[in-house]
Amino acid sequence: MALKMVKGSIDRMFDKNLQDLVRGIRNHKEDEAKYISQCIDEIKQELKQDNIAVKANAVCKLTYLQMLGYDISWAAFNIIEVMSASKFTFKRIGYLAASQCFHEGTDVIMLTTNQIRKDLSSPNQYDTGVALTGLSCFVTPDLARDLANDIMTLMSHTKPYIRKKAVLIMYKVFLKYPESLRPAFPRLKEKLEDPDPGVQSAAVNVICELARRNPKNYLSLAPLFFKLMTSSTNNWVLIKIIKLFGALTPLEPRLGKKLIEPLTNLIHSTSAMSLLYECVNTVIAVLISLSSGMPNHSASIQLCVQKLRILIEDSDQNLKYLGLLAMSKILKTHPKSVQSHKDLILQCLDDKDESIRLRALDLLYGMVSKKNLMEIVKKLMIHVDKAEGTTYRDELLTKIIDICSQSNYQYITNFEWYISILVELTRLEGTRHGHLIAAQMLDVAIRVKAIRKFAVSQMAMLLDNAHLIASNTQRNGICEVLYAAAWICGEFSEHLEEANQTLEAMLRPKVTTLPGHIQAVYVQNMVKLYASILQQKEQAGEKEAAQEITQLMIERLPQFVQSADLEVQERASCILQLIKYIQKLQVKEVPVAEEVIALFAGELNPVAPKAQKKVPVPEGLDLDAWINEPPSDSESEDEKPKTIFHDEEQRHSKPRHPEMDEEELARRREARKQEQANNPFYIKSSPSPQKRYQDTPGVEHIPVVQIDLSVPLKVPGMPMSDQYVKLEEERRHKQKLEKDKKKKKQKKEKRGKHHRHNSLHTESEEDIAPAHHVDIITEEMPENALPSDEDDKDPNDPYKALDIDLDKPLADSEKLPVQRHRNAEALKMPESEVPPVEKKSKKPKKKEKKHKEKEKDKGKKKEKEKKVVEEEEEEKKEEDLDFWLSTAPPPGSAAQPQSGPQTSAAVASEPEGVKKEEREEQQEEEEEDEGKKSSKHKKKKHKKEKEEKSKDKKKSKKKHHHSEEEMAESVQNGTLDDEPLPPMSSYRLLAENPYIKTTYDIQGNLQNDSQVTVSVIFENKSTSFLKSMELNVLDSLNTKMLRPEGSSVHDGIPVPFQLPPGISNEAQFVFTLQSIVMAQKLKGTLSFIVKNDEGSTHEKLDFKLHFSCASYLITTPCYSDAFAKLLESGDLHMSSIKVDGISISFQHLLAKICFHHHFSVVERVDSCASMYSRSIQGHHVCLLVKKGENSVSIDGKCSDPTLLSNLLDEMKETLSKC
Amino acid sequence: MINAILVFNNHGKPRLVRFYRHLAEEAQQQILRDTFHMVLRRDEHVCNFLECGSLFGSPDCKLIYRHYATLYFVFCVDSSESELGILDLIQVFVETLDKCFENVCELDLIFHMDKVHYILQEVVIGGMVLETNMNEIVAQAEAQSKLEKAEVSGSVWGLERGAQVWAQGRLGSGYHAGASVLWGGGRRELVALRVSQPAHPQGKAHRVGAPHWGVQGAASMQVLLCCQG
Repeated sequence: MALKMVKGSIDRMFDKNLQDLVRGIRNHKEDEAKYISQCIDEIKQELKQDNIAVKANAVCKLTYLQMLGYDISWAAFNIIEVMSASKFTFKRIGYLAASQCFHEGTDVIMLTTNQIRKDLSSPNQYDTGVALTGLSCFVTPDLARDLANDIMTLMSHTKPYIRKKAVLIMYKVFLKYPESLRPAFPRLKEKLEDPDPGVQSAAVNVICELARRNPKNYLSLAPLFFKLMTSSTNNWVLIKIIKLFGALTPLEPRLGKKLIEPLTNLIHSTSAMSLLYECVNTVIAVLISLSSGMPNHSASIQLCVQKLRILIEDSDQNLKYLGLLAMSKILKTHPKSVQSHKDLILQCLDDKDESIRLRALDLLYGMVSKKNLMEIVKKLMIHVDKAEGTTYRDELLTKIIDICSQSNYQYITNFEWYISILVELTRLEGTRHGHLIAAQMLDVAIRVKAIRKFAVSQMAMLLDNAHLIASNTQRNGICEVLYAAAWICGEFSEHLEEANQTLEAMLRPKVTTLPGHIQAVYVQNMVKLYASILQQKEQAGEKEAAQEITQLMIERLPQFVQSADLEVQERASCILQLIKYIQKLQVKEVPVAEEVIALFAGELNPVAPKAQKKVPVPEGLDLDAWINEPPSDSESEDEKPKTIFHDEEQRHSKPRHPEMDEEELARRREARKQEQANNPFYIKSSPSPQKRYQDTPGVEHIPVVQIDLSVPLKVPGMPMSDQYVKLEEERRHKQKLEKDKKKKKQKKEKRGKHHRHNSLHTESEEDIAPAHHVDIITEEMPENALPSDEDDKDPNDPYKALDIDLDKPLADSEKLPVQRHRNAEALKMPESEVPPVEKKSKKPKKKEKKHKEKEKDKGKKKEKEKKVVEEEEEEKKEEDLDFWLSTAPPPGSAAQPQSGPQTSAAVASEPEGVKKEEREEQQEEEEEDEGKKSSKHKKKKHKKEKEEKSKDKKKSKKKHHHSEEEMAESVQNGTLDDEPLPPMSSYRLLAENPYIKTTYDIQGNLQNDSQVTVSVIFENKSTSFLKSMELNVLDSLNTKMLRPEGSSVHDGIPVPFQLPPGISNEAQFVFTLQSIVMAQKLKGTLSFIVKNDEGSTHEKLDFKLHFSCASYLITTPCYSDAFAKLLESGDLHMSSIKVDGISISFQHLLAKICFHHHFSVVERVDSCASMYSRSIQGHHVCLLVKKGENSVSIDGKCSDPTLLSNLLDEMKETLSKC
Repeated sequence: MINAILVFNNHGKPRLVRFYRHLAEEAQQQILRDTFHMVLRRDEHVCNFLECGSLFGSPDCKLIYRHYATLYFVFCVDSSESELGILDLIQVFVETLDKCFENVCELDLIFHMDKVHYILQEVVIGGMVLETNMNEIVAQAEAQSKLEKAEVSGSVWGLERGAQVWAQGRLGSGYHAGASVLWGGGRRELVALRVSQPAHPQGKAHRVGAPHWGVQGAASMQVLLCCQG
């Protein structure tokens, strides 16, 4: 009882929940706004309360009001309060409200970060779920950055409910914070194979969404998706994958080939229409990507078209619609297959469903050809008459215009017909598209010169019948065509037969009821008409008639002078003055026509819409630069400039008066013309505009068809355009007959060749000649326009930021920001501050454990290793894709140039170069040397490069540079300091004399365990020409130079180039070795011919080629684990050296060892480093380098003791030089 | 991507408005009106797809809708969604509502907009389809309403409301009461009750409320009221 009383008495303030609010609003239908504002006041009171339940209730009501269109952003802070409630019930209300009204501009949103993070890690899965859901709607770049790591962790949550939500939210995070894509991608990929179908579906969803925008980055996932496609039974997932393939196939035709079969199988087997439809769509995409018509694919196209026909014929309107939609995609590439279903599509035009009719119209757009354009447009015109709703009729109208004008009026063979169609369209009442018709009329009249005469006659009739058009109550619509009509009649008045009549039509009082901009055009064009009439009359000597027409103008123009429209008024009064002046002259019997007509001399050409943008900025012009020095603040309002300005103003005021004498006018006009002629950016008319204008251009182009100009605008019975259809049919028939005759003749002459051609093009549109010669003036562009096509790119596209290469391995810096507590410890140990997130992302548990075990200072090292591992994996992936796509066997070990016999020295040196090149590249790019993997394709590419390079005379220099780079990199790899390194070169002097200097470098061979390549740089130091160089060495038992087959051991190998003065070039020679444990020296001779003005001499240069043990080593990276294992194995022999008096820094020292002895740093701790290398025959060499104050000690371990001691000796020598 | 989900009745009254891209309220209402007019024009037996042109700013945007009795369910999607798939999804959504509300009708949607949102959140989040399996959706939605019920009847909310109502009953008209649980757990709750009388003759809102209020069970409430001057 008490309760009831309370409810009645206290305005139900605390009681009013959402239901009460809704009920209240429903009960206050007449003063809803007032009631709601009252409610909002109450809500504001409630929000001031401390009670979270009351607040939540208020926020819930606000959410409802938001739906009704009320802005609730003022309550953002209260919403956050409710979000942070501990109870799920309230939290959910808060997040819902936030998801409805928060956005990037909400300033308090930054307060939510910690609350959301707390909720994400809540033990209650629904708290997490609600936070994720809310976040999906209002994530901002800041939130995305701060929470990316938390969400990524949730992707591996134990509950699939959370996992799938987290996966989906990641997409939003990527959009707002593109940097997160690469670190998170591995885990996202993992989720494609999640045991839970929902999570899998979510991952597919996200990747599809990503791939749709930037498909090329996701090609490497194709095998995985292919597997999913063939294994999944979830239609939703299948549809997504199939859609994704539709986006990928254009990039990789091989993928399309692979897809065709499973897709056709699916088409045959599935009962789900949605799946069938998507399969058909993707097959179409595949067929588009395989542009060349392969014979077995015509079956697929047939299958698609056939299935689509079934869809279109289905009683389900949805299927019909989709069928038409897909059909329009086929149309683009296989118009023939679609055109055979023209009947079906025309049928759809009669469908009661507007969407379907519009689709059918779209299809028709693509189906027209020169042959059927008239027929199709005729059908459409019938529909225009029948159409009930104005919107559909307007749609039809625009479609007719689109169809006819597409690709520069490509399909129009008879422009008279088109003009007639346009004129017929003006009879549409209440259309909004008058301006479209007008634009078409103008465009055709301007660009098709031959049609002008006809166009003018039609437009004159339109003007004459303007009352029919203008009498419409819906003025805004169709009367726009009068604009075009008036302009065309004026501009091309020389074609007008009854100019007087048209002028009179334009001067009718009724015209003043037209909209201002049309009247303005009327006024302007009247003068043009008047000018041409004046000229006619003067030439004919009818002075009185000329004066009469002037009088008419003077009588009628005042009605425009009184116009309320400023433009009309201004033009009219100017012109009235001009004509009054002309009248004066006429009275004095001065011929004026020439001058008047000169006012409108010159032809107007169409200008491309992009023309202005394409005008290149002239060199040296800086548009941002100040023209004058910016005025300084102190120099305010000087008196001088003011007076100057004043003077000028006065001087100019007089000549500006309208009564400028004719001479002055002419002079100025001439000057302007001159100026324009010199101005490259002024669009000039074709040669001698004036002449052209008077000569009535294109007399020879006047239409073949005789036009009865007395045809009134409205022909009772048959519309005018139909006549053209008939005429056209007749004409074509005639043409065909003629053609047939010709054909028969031709056939007799050359049968075989022509036959095939005809079978392809029977009745194709090429056969139909246009009714008259049409030269369509193309739109003008400025000279030297920049050929850029970047016009349509939107710089603000949010998806552009996600165009990220995902196959590239992750760099150390790429990780999601992790929130950390700031503490002093972190400052002491900077390494600990970089917990490598991507590690977790890969194999979370295992790696994490390992990571913990490792010492902190080893963290960096590990990351690097990890990177290498990932690179390897990525590499494999890429090859997987190639392998997966190619039906041919994997390239693998095939094509190793070395294995084959070499026929000439030149050849012998080249493949070596190839290999060297390749190795270098691999070292640079991947820091690993598994050359066997490299594909055939790659090799070919290198070969080409090599060929190009050998032509390059500066090559040797490049080489030097190159080796320096390489060294720098290996140092980066090994050490942390950034000290600059002295330049180093691995090329040693071979021999030198006054003519030539040779240096050489020896590199182990990757593929062959008993070969090394010696690269020799020959540098011509003389002023003579060096040629016929030949290199020969005395082979030892162990080391032999590889000579072309058939040549004896005593023959030299010619150097494959000649050297002009001052030029250097490099040649490579291959040597085979048996044992590599010892250094060796080979004696050799270089013979060459020196040619100069005085004649040529034969010269010789002896040398010793020193094969150091280091040259048998190949820089090989090694991971510390593997390195530790190697050392533990105990198979290695040990030896050590110590060198005193070392002054260079440890970093330089390591760099030297890396560079000259082909080692790589495994690990470096302070002044101690472990290094590794491998010989071409597979000996492991491990070093421990320690630096004392002035000395360096090197402990070495190697599987061969001799090799080790030799290596150490060499190293000692290198180091002692330091 | 789904750009928006709109539910409105035959008169264009919104029942659920969910945009997945932020738009100002006026813009939302404009789209709602435009969509309503576009959909309303269509006959019963025409296809369920509508090209909405520039409605959402993106050219490949499409409206996919279904009409059930008095309600229109409209999904606005872009080209990455399968048309027929979304049509099925609408069906799933409606059937889920039917299960959750037991024979859903427009009134359910009118009075429980929040609940409809919570169900929708189990189907679509951030414009992407989360779940298409109806049983799964229903299970998750019910689990959450159970959680909510547990929280409410476990009394905090009930208790607070109960306390308010009780206090107002005691004090009569002209008093506003606010209660909040200070300490809760098990059967014993400590609730702070604050009562104020805005219509006080002096125009001064003064606190009559008692800070402490021991409650044993929701049924037997005892209150200590001490006036503050």
